[in-house]
Amino acid sequence: MKNRVAVLVFASLVLFTLVIRSTSAHHGNAGYDKKTVVVKGTITEWRWTNPHSFLKFDAKDENGNVVHWIGEWNAPSTLINFGITAKSFKVGEEVTVTMDGIAKSGANLGRVTKVVLPSGQELSMGDER
Amino acid sequence: MKSRYVTYTIALLILLPVLGAAQTDEERESGRSIHRDGWDRIAPEGPLTEKSAPAPIRDLSGIWEPTPRYRDGVQNTGARNMPSDGRPEHELPFTPLGLQTWKSHKPGWGVTAVPTAELNDPFAGCDPIGFPRIELFNLRAMQIWQNKNQVQIVFQNSQVWRNIWADGRELPKEILESRWYGYSVGKWIDDYTFVAQTTGLDERTWIDNAGRPHSDQLTVQETFHRVNKDILELTLTINDPKMYTKPWTALDKFPLRLQPEWFDIREQVCAPSEATEFQGLMKEAAEEKKK
Repeated sequence: MKNRVAVLVFASLVLFTLVIRSTSAHHGNAGYDKKTVVVKGTITEWRWTNPHSFLKFDAKDENGNVVHWIGEWNAPSTLINFGITAKSFKVGEEVTVTMDGIAKSGANLGRVTKVVLPSGQELSMGDER
Repeated sequence: MKSRYVTYTIALLILLPVLGAAQTDEERESGRSIHRDGWDRIAPEGPLTEKSAPAPIRDLSGIWEPTPRYRDGVQNTGARNMPSDGRPEHELPFTPLGLQTWKSHKPGWGVTAVPTAELNDPFAGCDPIGFPRIELFNLRAMQIWQNKNQVQIVFQNSQVWRNIWADGRELPKEILESRWYGYSVGKWIDDYTFVAQTTGLDERTWIDNAGRPHSDQLTVQETFHRVNKDILELTLTINDPKMYTKPWTALDKFPLRLQPEWFDIREQVCAPSEATEFQGLMKEAAEEKKK
């Protein structure tokens, strides 16, 4: 009985860890203000498209309202060389998105520089843009 | 004892699919460039580390990429040698018509850049990028094929090609039909240097990503100089008396490196549906704010 409990506890811990783990530019900068913003949110869509890719995610504002964000990132032909692929993100994942430019219009639109996955892995182009 | 095996088996059955998923969920290194070709093979980049063999005679063939970095041909802010950055030495010799035409263009980059929603860049809607912009914006990999009659260049950007006729013909005396990529002829001026002239270019295209204009009088000269087996230099000169008071050099000995024969050129296509989606997302974001 004691062994059985130990096995179940171990299995649960491993399972928990693995589940956590597994859920884990023609167009320029003129429309963006140079400002760094970090937003935690849930991915709703990852579009691997030209001319640029887009990460759509939902976050909550200070009043608890859902805010729809769009993060613009580089072209697939560039991102692929930085370990970022069409399969890098899954809908429903909780991520932390860093953007270094925010739309001057006030829209929830920014230029992505880094995304931290639930696993803790950081996806970025380093110092390159 | 039996119940213990049952417990182990159940635990294993629960874990197996999860372990399998974790193993196939490859974690790629991120944060720095590891260059990959279209088949996801790691490809050479950076400065050449070994001494190159001499250049073959009268031969441009091969797969070429900008070097030392494969992204050196992006040229977001305009032609590499004359970017639109406000520096006096990069001001182009516009005629009054040239300046007026340039000001009517609304590019996404350079000193006259506008937000994406205000662009009138023909390539933003996936009109053909055209020549010479194909070499002055997002010049990525290109493959050169040649025979005694022609040099053909296949570009990663837009997955298009150009023919440069080397069979001794002259440029058309009269252009009956302008073309996105023009009419090109070329000849070897020595065993390692091939010079091409292009005319008959469609006026709807821009010269570069900063919206520099051209007219139907544009002629472009390209000089391809094979320095050695591994390096090809490209010089590109713009001559358009309607738009510019004198010729100007857009690329000056721009270096490209020879990639291995197995290198697969990545697809990089401007798809109208994706461009429309891009504009739609911008609009969506703006409207979301108004709610």
